[in-house]
Amino acid sequence: MSDLLRMRDVSLTYRSEGGDVPAVRNVDLDLDRGEIVGIAGESGCGKSTLASTILRLQPPTARVTGEVLFEGQDVLTMSWGHLRALRWAGASMVFQGALHSLNPVQRVGDQIAEPIHLHDPETSDKQAHLRVGELLEQVGLPAARARAYPHQLSGGQKQRIMIAMALACRPRLIVADEPTTALDVMVQAQVLHVLSGLVHELGVGMLMISHDLSVLADLCDRIVVMYGGRVVEQGPSKLVFGEALHPYAEALSAAFPRVGDPAARYAPSGLPGDPPDPAALPPGCSFAPRCPRVIDDCTRAVPELRSFGGDRQASCIRVGQP
Amino acid sequence: MTGRLLEARNVSVEFVTRSGHVARALDGVNLQVGAGEVVALVGESGSGKTTVARTMLGLERPVAGEVAFDGEPLGYSGRRLRELRRRVQMVLQDPAGALNPRQTVYESVAEGMRLHGLAAKDPAGRTETEMVAAAMASAGLRPPERLFLRYPHELSGGQRQRVLIAGALALGPELLIADEPVSSLDASIRGEILALLLKLRDELGLGVLVVTHDLGLAWNIADRIAVMYLGRVVEAGPTEEVLQAPQHPYTQALLSVVPEIEELRPVVLTGEIPDPTRIPGGCRFHPRCPAVADGSAAADGVERSCRTQPLEVLPADPQGHHTACHLAALRSSTGPRTGSIV
Repeated sequence: MSDLLRMRDVSLTYRSEGGDVPAVRNVDLDLDRGEIVGIAGESGCGKSTLASTILRLQPPTARVTGEVLFEGQDVLTMSWGHLRALRWAGASMVFQGALHSLNPVQRVGDQIAEPIHLHDPETSDKQAHLRVGELLEQVGLPAARARAYPHQLSGGQKQRIMIAMALACRPRLIVADEPTTALDVMVQAQVLHVLSGLVHELGVGMLMISHDLSVLADLCDRIVVMYGGRVVEQGPSKLVFGEALHPYAEALSAAFPRVGDPAARYAPSGLPGDPPDPAALPPGCSFAPRCPRVIDDCTRAVPELRSFGGDRQASCIRVGQP
Repeated sequence: MTGRLLEARNVSVEFVTRSGHVARALDGVNLQVGAGEVVALVGESGSGKTTVARTMLGLERPVAGEVAFDGEPLGYSGRRLRELRRRVQMVLQDPAGALNPRQTVYESVAEGMRLHGLAAKDPAGRTETEMVAAAMASAGLRPPERLFLRYPHELSGGQRQRVLIAGALALGPELLIADEPVSSLDASIRGEILALLLKLRDELGLGVLVVTHDLGLAWNIADRIAVMYLGRVVEAGPTEEVLQAPQHPYTQALLSVVPEIEELRPVVLTGEIPDPTRIPGGCRFHPRCPAVADGSAAADGVERSCRTQPLEVLPADPQGHHTACHLAALRSSTGPRTGSIV
């Protein structure tokens, strides 16, 4: 198995007083080195929850089943010491909202150096300092910025610091959760440019989470669309964005208009209704209550993820029907 | 009538920083928003677009130029401002933060009406409850009665944004100023809220000024676009023209990084907007301008102007397409337009 990350039948259930709440249901996902895979979906669809299982960061009230294989080893069952070595050095995360994730009273260089010292206590201050400078240059900041405090940096620069920190221990996998959501268009383009450059240069794998399908389409090799905790479509990014099979993926893609497309002019496209409450999922297909193509059969059984050739899958009984 | 409603006439706004430097946040802005018209003000963070919105509401006072509503310059007394703000309402960008978590939907929507004492003097003689219900229905919250006693945490993101819009509509405004109305919302809700803004324009004849960095949003709903850079409007015109045949290298760069436009080679500008305490001489965009950097400005013989000669302030012309760029001016006077996309 050459796969960097292989998730098999992963389900995550929160136990609460009102009963079990399934947040992620039966997800399979593969990721190789040098590959960028995007996870798309609305808030509450389970995308961040799914990502949390990769580093076993889920809250203690959650029960996870299935397999999360990182380089062949199951993260869900590995020993605590082993897991600790995996975090940062094997796989690291770039969280959303960099603006709140940095310590305001510590120089950013020291914050980047922290995981380096933690993982290799032998590292001298001088070595760490050099490595920090190198990391800053990798993300397009001058090495001298190490002496800055977070408030002296702009939003885009802080997000670059978070990326530098994620790279500090030379991980093989980076999980980026909405890395550009709070950023401006031009700064977003800069950060995405840095991220894709790093994946190709360092040969790491990247899992990128976003509700913006257009950003994922631009950057990712493949896109996985989630709804109600399940994968409803997955395939090569240009196809998922351009010719979605599942009605939900189609609605997500239409929500981001192509500038210049006459069909989108004065016609913003939305999707009525709200995503399902995981504690009270509708019978059959979770998307049925909001689906423009719904028929009676949709509510009878949970549709399976079916293959449509060319590494494309979708879970909708209406795909392929007239 | 298609007359002018709210306009900024050569408005400049300055802030004094803690170190005593003067930051010129707006440096001569002309902009008009007419009744029944949707105008998008776009630009990066720091371009001054939110300051324009605040100045047009009378929240900032210009050091030069003036804001006029229905032809009359704004008065800055409490009474005049209160009257202005009944007629020009703001919709904020973060519905979760803008609503009081301990106030019910009803209270939130009714608050503005009470401050303005509107229920007592409604020409149609409606009660406060009827007016709240009508505003909520216009904002797409149906049936309103069932939502009256809900608290913000019980609502979805889209519903919260609709409550904010209902609160604005309750005052019977003629103009809405929406600052990033959908940037914090999910993809699926985004289109719904934008459709609502268009519906309000069509049904109530509202003028809408949308402040955004999202060009797709502008393409979705705006009749006209003004692109801002460092306190100035650098390109303005009908949406189709500005987005399909952009003349200013800054507009071209902004468009090229919109992810789904594959025809364009992305021009990722380096750095960020400079600090408005130190506005560059000549064209204020020249230090980041791709046309200066790649030598095409020099090849056309305008580079010297770019570096030394300031550009004129663009007029607020509701029909025309204007660009503040030495290179664009030269090219439009000598030959076919370049850099346009289809």
